Amino acid sequence: MTQIIERPPMHGDDAEEPYGPMLTTVPRAARPISVPTSPNLTMAQAINRALHDAMAADERVLVFGEDVAKLGGVFRVTEGLAETFGEQRCFDTPLAESGIVGIAIGLAIRGLVSVPEIQFDGFAAPAFDQMVSHLAKYRMRTRGDVDMPVTIRIPSFGGIGAVEHHSESTESYWLHTAGLKVVVPSTPSDAYWLLRQSIVSRDPVIYLEPKRRYWTREAVDTTAPALPIGRAAVRRIGADVTVVTYGSLVATALSAAELADQRGWSLEVIDLRSLNPLDFDTVADSVRKTGRAVVMHEGPRTLGFGAELAARVQEELFYDLEAPVLRATGFDTPYPPARLEKLWLPGPDRLLDCVERAMEQP
Amino acid sequence: MAEVSAGGVELAPVRLVDPDGSPTAEDRYSRDLPPETLSWLYEMMVVTRELDTEFINLQRQGELALFASCRGQEAAQIGATASLRKTDWLFPQYREIGAFLLRGITPAQMGAVWRGKWHGGLGFTEKCCAPISIQIGTHGLHAVGAAMAAQRLGEDSVTLAFLGDGATSEGDAHEALNFAAVFKAPCVFFVQNNQWAISTPVSYQMAAPSIAHRAIGYGMPGIRVDGNDVLACYTVTAEAAARARDGGGPTLIEAITYRMGPHTTSDDPTRYRSQGEVDHWSALDPIARYRNYLQAAGVWTERLEERVAAKSKRLRTELRESVVGADDFDVAEMFDTVYHDITPDLAHQREQLLAELAKEA
Repeated sequence: MTQIIERPPMHGDDAEEPYGPMLTTVPRAARPISVPTSPNLTMAQAINRALHDAMAADERVLVFGEDVAKLGGVFRVTEGLAETFGEQRCFDTPLAESGIVGIAIGLAIRGLVSVPEIQFDGFAAPAFDQMVSHLAKYRMRTRGDVDMPVTIRIPSFGGIGAVEHHSESTESYWLHTAGLKVVVPSTPSDAYWLLRQSIVSRDPVIYLEPKRRYWTREAVDTTAPALPIGRAAVRRIGADVTVVTYGSLVATALSAAELADQRGWSLEVIDLRSLNPLDFDTVADSVRKTGRAVVMHEGPRTLGFGAELAARVQEELFYDLEAPVLRATGFDTPYPPARLEKLWLPGPDRLLDCVERAMEQP
Repeated sequence: MAEVSAGGVELAPVRLVDPDGSPTAEDRYSRDLPPETLSWLYEMMVVTRELDTEFINLQRQGELALFASCRGQEAAQIGATASLRKTDWLFPQYREIGAFLLRGITPAQMGAVWRGKWHGGLGFTEKCCAPISIQIGTHGLHAVGAAMAAQRLGEDSVTLAFLGDGATSEGDAHEALNFAAVFKAPCVFFVQNNQWAISTPVSYQMAAPSIAHRAIGYGMPGIRVDGNDVLACYTVTAEAAARARDGGGPTLIEAITYRMGPHTTSDDPTRYRSQGEVDHWSALDPIARYRNYLQAAGVWTERLEERVAAKSKRLRTELRESVVGADDFDVAEMFDTVYHDITPDLAHQREQLLAELAKEA
C-alpha cells in the first residue's frame, strides 16, 4: 500500500499560508564589504572579489554553472566561493547552458538572485531561447510583477589563442533583445563595480568579461563606485577624432592613441562600459567637439554595435560631422582559427587607418 | 489491460475508476476522499468545460484572436492541481484552464491572453502560478529553479510543471528532468499526453515504450496514470508531491488523455485524425465517467448539479462581460514594463509614439 494524500485541499481554503507567492526582491545597494582598497588586483581577481562581496552582502545571491564550485571556474574567477558560502549557494551544474539560465529564471521567480556563468561566449548559443524568450521578457509578460535579478557572466571575445567557439562576440544578440542590459568592463575597477551593480539590478544583465584582459592589474577602490551602469567613461581626452569602444579594445584604442599622437592626430577614447542602457550623451558631447567618430569592436561589422552607433551619430549629429562615421571591426566571417586571429581582430593599425580616412576628408 | 512492465515503469496506467464509472480493482491507492472533496472535483471539471466552451464561442464570434481548448483534459488538470497546496507553484503551458480556475485565476485574467490584451495572463503569480508558456517545454526549467529556491528557503513546498507529449521532445524538457533529478528538486513533472502535438502523433515524438519510461534514464520514478480519471490523477500526483516534500526528489507522471478539440481554434483536426478515434475517446470522457462514479457512491445529487450549472453560467457571463467589455491597456505600458526603470532610449521611443498619437488625435 503506497502512502497517499496528506490532506484534501479545498477550494477557497484559507488555511495559513506559510510562504507567499514571491519574496519581494528589495534592491540592496552594492555597498562596500571588503577592505577599502585592494592593491593590484587582476581583472579576474576583481570579479572574484565582487562575487565574494555580493554573496556576503546578500544571502539570496547564488553562483552556479559548469565547473564553478570545486574547480573555481576554468579561469579561477569563482575560486573560494563554494568553500566560503557552501554548496547551496555556489554549485556546479550539469553541462547544459539552457538549463543553467532556465533555473536562474525559476530562482528569480521566487526572489533569489542568480549569477550564473556561461563558461565561454560560444556556449551561450544553447541558452539563447531561455535568454531571449523568457529572461528578457518575464517582467513585461507579468506586467511588471516579477523581477529578474539574474546576472549572466560570460567570458567573452578573442585574442587568447583559443579553440573554436571560445572567442565570440555575442553582444549584438543581447542588444537586439529588449529587456536585457549589457555591460562590458575594461578595467579591474570597472569589473568589480559593474558586477556589483549588475547583481543588485532588478533586471537581467549580460556581463561580458573580456578574457584577454583577465590578467591586467590595477588597484581597485571598493569603497565607492566611479560610475553607475548606463554611464560611459572618457578614458583619454583628445581633439580630432572620437574613438568609441568597449571591453578589451579600450586598451588597444589607448595604445593606438599614443601612435596617433606621433602622426599629429589627437584621439579622444570613450569606453562605453554599458551598451544598454547606452550613454549616448557622452558620445554626442565628444563628437560635437571632434566632428569625427570611429567605432571599434571585435565582432563582425554587419549589424555590430558600430552600425547602431554610426546610425545614431548621423541621425542626431549630422551637421556636427566633418567626416563619415567609420568602423574598425572584425570581418563578416566566422571567428578564425587562432593562427589567424591577430590578422582578423581590429588592432591599432585598423583603427589608425580609419582615423587617417576621417582626417583626410575634404 | 495487459500488465506489462519495462525497466520498472508499468505500462498499464493507474486507474481507480473505470470508463463506466465503477471502481477498479486497483488497491494500491485510496479513493477515500471526503464527499465535499469528491463533489468539488466534479464541480471544477464541469465548470472548466463550460468556461472552455464559452471561450470557443467568443473566439468564433470574433471577440478572441485564438483559443486553445482543454476539452477532454479536465480530469488531468483538475486532479493534479487539486492535490497540491495553494502555495505550491504551478508552471503551466497554455491549455490549463482547469488548473487556472482551480487556483482562483479569473476568466478575465485568463482571457487577456486570447483577447490579445496582454501576454502571459494577468496576475497569475499572485496565485503561485507562472504566466503561460507558449514556448514549448521551456518552463520545466523554471519549475526546477523555483523548486531549488524552495530547498534554499527551507520550505516544504513543491512545484509542478505541466508539459505535453510534444514538449517531451524539446531539449529543455530533457535538461529540466535531468537538473531536477541531479539536485533532487521538489518538482513534479505532469505530462498530459493528449496524443497529439498539433498534427503530430506521439509515435513521432519518441520510440520509447512510454513517456514515463524516460524517467528511468533520469533516475527518478516514472508513473503512467489514466488522465481521464480524476481520482487517479489526484492520488498519483499527491503521492509524487508528498515524496518531493519529504526530500525524495522529482517524479515524472504521464497522464494519458485526449485532446478532444483542435490544437487551437485555428486548427482543423479532420485533416490528420479519424472520427473513429475521436468517438473512441469520447466514450472515455472524464466527466461522464466521474458523474457515474459519484452517482453510485451517493455523492451526486440534483442539488449539486444545479449548483454546478449556476456556477458555470455565472463564470460564462463573467468571461463574456469582462473580456469583451474591458478597455485595452494604456500603450505606455508596453514601454514601462520592459525594465524596472525605463532606459533613456526607451523613454525617447515612448515619447515618439505618444507624439504620433497626439498628432493623429
